[in-house]
Amino acid sequence: MCDTCGCNVTHGNEHLVAEGGPLAHTSSGSESVEVLKNLLQANDHEAAHNRSHFDTHRVLAVNLMSSPGAGKTALLERTIDVLAGDLNIAVIEGDLETENDARRIRDKGVPAVQISTGTACHLDAHMVHSALHEMPLAGLDIVFIENVGNLVCPASFDLGQHLNVTLLSAPEGDDKPAKYPVMFRAADMMLISKSDIIDVLGDFDPARAERYLRELANPAPVIRLSARSGDGMTAWTDWLIESLEDLRERVARGETIRPAIQPEGASLHAAHSSG
Amino acid sequence: MHELAICQSLLREVAHIAADRHARSVTDIHVGIGPLSGVEARLMQDAFPIAAAGTIAASAALHLRCTGVRVRCESCGAETEVPTNRLVCGRCDDWRTTLVSGDELLLERVELDAPRQVRQAEESAHV
Repeated sequence: MCDTCGCNVTHGNEHLVAEGGPLAHTSSGSESVEVLKNLLQANDHEAAHNRSHFDTHRVLAVNLMSSPGAGKTALLERTIDVLAGDLNIAVIEGDLETENDARRIRDKGVPAVQISTGTACHLDAHMVHSALHEMPLAGLDIVFIENVGNLVCPASFDLGQHLNVTLLSAPEGDDKPAKYPVMFRAADMMLISKSDIIDVLGDFDPARAERYLRELANPAPVIRLSARSGDGMTAWTDWLIESLEDLRERVARGETIRPAIQPEGASLHAAHSSG
Repeated sequence: MHELAICQSLLREVAHIAADRHARSVTDIHVGIGPLSGVEARLMQDAFPIAAAGTIAASAALHLRCTGVRVRCESCGAETEVPTNRLVCGRCDDWRTTLVSGDELLLERVELDAPRQVRQAEESAHV
């Protein structure tokens, strides 16, 4: 529907916009314009650009989200160790302040770009785009985007990633998916991290956490793991390798992978292009 | 607190529409928000005047229409209204459902104070 130039006025609807018609001018004398546009359109456009950049280089982009302190950086450190020699990894780090996390990753011999968001509570597609200018993708296999620790805002912004991974650390409690439905609905993989202390906690039930995830109509796999003990790391890295192979097969066919739950803008766009 | 960023994005879109229509000002902005969009209506209402200050929409009223969460069951086919954090079928309790509405974040309609002669000239050119 074009609403900018008036070309959508047809014989069938011209009575609506004609003098005195319901859409012509309201009683206050103002003009009413039907729009139906997604508010995150500018972000989603940039995200699509980022995704195609990753696709061109056959690099899998994984967005890691969780509360602060759930163990995202520790997971990355261990993942880098396990995959060393097999896959080339790079990391984009999002935090409000400091280069601490990027330094931890670089200490592992892996390139890392730190985005300091200042007061912003999430990464958006434009910030990731800027970071990509500092990160040559040639020769890489997986780029992890470690989002700002926050179970609310990061879920609303598409970055151009292929997959969303949400960590739920055992000390946070097993009902987090019910408390933060927008975040956990967006997960393509839920990792129950710090699994080595589940027995000590005594009140964290992994089956209950998974049930809350299913109640969000989310079929995502769930893995219990501990970056400290190494428990569950093989299942996690196997999933990464399978996802990378899946992406490369799709890219060869001119397709890509998108997170299972897309923001409204992307679904509208898909509806338009298929229709 | 990303509602301010959402308001700025909204105002960019509104400014485009107002410029296209040669509007003098924007009087009303209508937005539809679903609870699964991750945007809180009350916070957006608070952030709006801050983002709108100094723009063509500075004196506009923001109207937020909050939509309900509805799912369609893949097992029994029923379409039911459900709570935000429990998207299971309201009839048969199966969790394999598809969201019908509840994650929208849409600019639906803008009301402008626009010069009438421009609008009429456009109509006569296109009808």
